[in-house]
Parts: sequence; C-alpha cells; structure tokens
Amino acid sequence: MIATQGLTHRYHSKNGVLSHEIVFPDLAVERGESFLLLGNSGSGKTTLLHLLGGLLRPLTGKIEIEKIDIASLSETELDRMRGRQIGFVFQRNHLISALTVKNNLLLAPFLAGEKQHEERVDLVLDELGLREKKNAMIFELSQGQAQRVAIARAIINKPSLILADEPTSALDDKNCDQVIELLNKVAMENNAALIVATHDHRLKSRLTKQIIL
Amino acid sequence: MSIQQLIWNYLKAKKLNTGLNILLLSLGIAMITLLILFNNQLEEKMTNNSKGIDLVVGAKGSPLQQILCSVFHVDFPTGNIKLREADRLAKHRLVKYAIPLALGDSYQGFRVVGTNRAYSSIYQADLASGGWWEKDLEVTLGSAVAHLTKLKVGDRFESAHGLTKDGHAHDENKYVVRGILKKSGTVIDELILTTISSVWKVHEEQVINHNDQMPISPSLLVPSVEAGDSLREITSLLIKYKNPIAAIQLPRFINTQTSMQAASPAFEMARLFMLLGVGADALMGFAYVLIFISGLSIFIALYNSLKERRYDMAIMRSMGASRGLLFKTIILEGSILTFIGASVGILLGHAVLVFFVLIMEEGQKMGLSAGIFYVEEGVILAGSVVLGIFCSLLPAIQAYRVNIHNVLAGS
Repeated sequence: MIATQGLTHRYHSKNGVLSHEIVFPDLAVERGESFLLLGNSGSGKTTLLHLLGGLLRPLTGKIEIEKIDIASLSETELDRMRGRQIGFVFQRNHLISALTVKNNLLLAPFLAGEKQHEERVDLVLDELGLREKKNAMIFELSQGQAQRVAIARAIINKPSLILADEPTSALDDKNCDQVIELLNKVAMENNAALIVATHDHRLKSRLTKQIIL
Repeated sequence: MSIQQLIWNYLKAKKLNTGLNILLLSLGIAMITLLILFNNQLEEKMTNNSKGIDLVVGAKGSPLQQILCSVFHVDFPTGNIKLREADRLAKHRLVKYAIPLALGDSYQGFRVVGTNRAYSSIYQADLASGGWWEKDLEVTLGSAVAHLTKLKVGDRFESAHGLTKDGHAHDENKYVVRGILKKSGTVIDELILTTISSVWKVHEEQVINHNDQMPISPSLLVPSVEAGDSLREITSLLIKYKNPIAAIQLPRFINTQTSMQAASPAFEMARLFMLLGVGADALMGFAYVLIFISGLSIFIALYNSLKERRYDMAIMRSMGASRGLLFKTIILEGSILTFIGASVGILLGHAVLVFFVLIMEEGQKMGLSAGIFYVEEGVILAGSVVLGIFCSLLPAIQAYRVNIHNVLAGS
C-alpha cells in the first residue's frame, strides 16, 4: 500500500552553511504488515516517517500511497489524505491537553472532515481498555494510558497506514509490552500497514520484519 | 467536536487568562457604554425640555444661569422682571406665545413653578389623576414629585424658600394637591405647578391686592391682576418665535431696548456642552486607553499561548487539519474573546446605570433609563470583533506557517 523509491532528504545545519544528504532505502509495505524501523538517534527515522506521512516533502524520490504519488497532491489534498489514510502515534505530548479524552478522539474525524460517531469512540476506547477514562482530562492520565489514547486516536478514522514514532521509549516494560501489542492488534484488525520507528531494543523481538537505517 | 467547541475548550483551559482579558476589555467598554448612555439621554432630555422654547427672557445676569433656571430648573433665578414689561413684550408682533414663570420655592427639593396651562401644554403633559391647578394654592404634581414625595391628591404641604430641602418654610400658606401628571420624560415630571398668584401669595407679608374681583382690564400673562400693575414681578418669560426673523430681531431688541435679558436655550446649551465636552472627552480617552491595553493583552496572550500550542498545532496538522483551519481557529478565538468582553462590558455599563438610578435620587430625577440600547453600542460590539481579529492576525499567520516537521522532530 505504501512504496518508496530513491528517497533523499537534505539536512541543513543551524547556521545554514553546512548541509548533508541522507539516502533512504526503498521500502514497500502492504496492508496488514508490520515493520520495525530501526536505527540510532540521528539516523533519520523520524525524517523518514514524516516523509511517508506527507509532513515533509522529499528532496528527490517518489512516495506512493495506494498507488497515488503524493508529490502530485496539493497541500490541501495532502492534508485530507493524511487525515483519512494515516494515523500517527508520537512519543509524548501528543494529546491536546485542553480537551477531554473523548474530544481528543472526536478531533480526528473533525479535522479529517469526516462524520463523528460517538459509538466509534466507545468501541475504540473499549478495545483499548479506556472506557472509564472517556470524560477524563489529559492530565489525569498516566503515561501508559495517554499512549493508549494516542493509539485510539490514530485508529479512529480507520487509517490504512499507522506511523508510530518512538511510541514506547517513554514507557516502562509493562506498558511497553501492552502498547506494542495493542498497536499490532489494532493494525491487524483494521487491516492497516504499521511502521514503528524506534531505537527501543525491547521491541526487536516483537516485530520480526525490520528495516534498518 | 466543532471549531467553536475547540476554541471554547482552549479558552476554558486558561480560565485566569481568559477572565482577565475579558475583565480588562469589559471595563473599557462599560465606561464607553456609560458615557454613551449618559450623553445620549442627557441630550435627548435637553432637546425635549427646551422644545417649544426659543427664548428665555429674565432679569439681567448670566444667560446660562437663566437657561438652567427657567428651562431645566436646576439653578436659581437671575432676579425678577416687572410683569408690566413682560406683558408688553408678550404682545410683540414677533412673539407666537409667551409663558410667564414665577419661581422661588420648592418642596423637598422639587421646585414650585407658578405659571399657566400653556406651560404644561408645551410638554404635552397629561393628567394621571385629579385635575389641573385652577385656584390659588392649588397644585398639580409632576409624576416624579408624586412618586418620591408620596403626596396624593387632596394632600396639603408647605413649600420652603429656595431649592434645598431645609429652606425657610412658608408655613402660613399651605398648598393643596389638585392633580398628578403622567410621566412625560421631561423636566415637568420634577415640577410642582401652580398659579403665578399662588407664588406671590406665599411670599407676600401682607397681601397687596385684597379684592378677589375680576380686574377691569386683565393683564395678558396673569389675568387675575390689572394690566399695567406696577408692583407685580415674575421671574421669567418663555417665548416661542412667530417666524425665523424673530430669531434675529427679538433677542437684540430685548437686550438693547429693555431692562431685561434674552437668552437662547439652544445657544447656551451648545456652549455648556462645549465646556463639559472636555471632561467627557477625557473619560472617553481613558476608556480607549483601557481598550487598547486589553487589545495588547489579548495579543500577548494569543501570541504566548501560540508558543505553547505550536506542538498542538503540528499534531492537528498531522491529523489532517489544513493551514486555513488553524488560521481560522486563532482568528475566531481572538474575536470570540473580544466579543464576549464587549458584551459583558455593554451589560456592565447598563447595570451601572440601573444601580445609579436605583440608589441615587438624582438618577431618578434625571429620568435616566438603563433599558435603552443605542446604535453606538452595536458599533462598539462590531468594533470589538474587529479589534479581536486585528490582535489575532499575527498569531494566526504564525499558526498558518507552523512547520510540522520541525516542531514534531523537536528541532
């Protein structure tokens, strides 16, 4: 469902004089497949995820999502594609703290321009064991719970691709296990492709398909 | 979830900040609203009160005092004029009608005015109960007088000299209430109307004219006395011009050819407003400073919160929000904030006036009303929204330009 060809990105140093290019390996991930994107800090994992999610335009190369070259999309079309097809999970600070759990989840269909179904919210929260947190504020959640809410938000629009950037590195072992398991599970259930960028060694044994940068 | 809900939640999440901004703006707006209410209503009152009066003729002195005394009944007379001279002027060919006034006494701060029925008719006054004053010492009360003094038809009272509540009481002659007027929204609501000769009677140590017979050739202004009476005096004469030429000729004639003085209410009021206008302008200026500061404070609040919200914005972009939506959110947040502030301010301004009217007797006497909304208040509301948009423009442009990758990658 997503395939890349000859992706490169140019980094600029702070003073803008020095720059270096990074060349990413080609990859192809189908629906229902889970990949681990491994690499040291600074190896470009986040950059690659942002390129795949259309948050960043590549220097050269081609990204196809569902056979559509995303370079051909306008900014607005890209926004819409991102809202409907892609679910992001970040390391932390990714929930809107002014909103309740429920409204954080409803924000996803609202921003993607889709219908908001409260039953879908209930269903997803149930699935992630967060039913009683529906009306809680974000600051009332533990880190593990917050990460599960983030997963719930990533899948509420039934995306075809889930991109997770260091989803477990701020979590303890127990929560780490739970989160990766849930990510895997919901990706399978929604028949979505899953790419997890991490340097967290605890995950190596959980996902066997790996891309190393 | 909707854009309004999103904004509302953001405002709610920073209660202190939001509250402070609303408070600051609403104070400035309340001040302007109050000034608008006062100014407009005072001006309306003044025009209503001087309607039908082109010229006030009285003893020589301050023309402004003469107007304040004989039209608005808030100052003391400049002196008296001879009835004989007033009579002569009333017959002038350029005078449409002339109404005599005899002032001097009050009851609990409400002025007793000796005059004739022509005076009540220029204010289109109507009776609420009882009848019009006819005989000497009969009075008809204005509605505010009846309301505040609790006098009823048939009650007797004695007037006091001057305009204060504790002047020398004329306890020899008591007035009797014949009737009470309906509220008219003019100065007549605050007056006690009686005949001219009642005022004379109350003030004379020995009554000069003892015979109650009708005079052989009655005076034009006060038919109960002989024309050409050399002793009787009145306070002033209210004149309506017959034609526009009178406006040029009559004041000059009076001021140069007689011992009396003519003052125009329109001219004197314009002069007074010019003098008072400085104070009102200063207050208005202060209100604008408050509004400017609140605008600045809203700008700073939005700008600061934007720094904290850059991450939120990037997250929302990653969830499919367009640049335009973020721009719209910030603009709406600013304008909703100023809209609420302005609404609160306008209501606060009206509330202060309600309070003023309830607590202060002066407020009731002036007949101010807090229930009236003026077009200017709508303009203020619209202006505040524009202010909100203006203050949120720069933060909104920054929101529009948020670089998702840089913010999310933490670089």
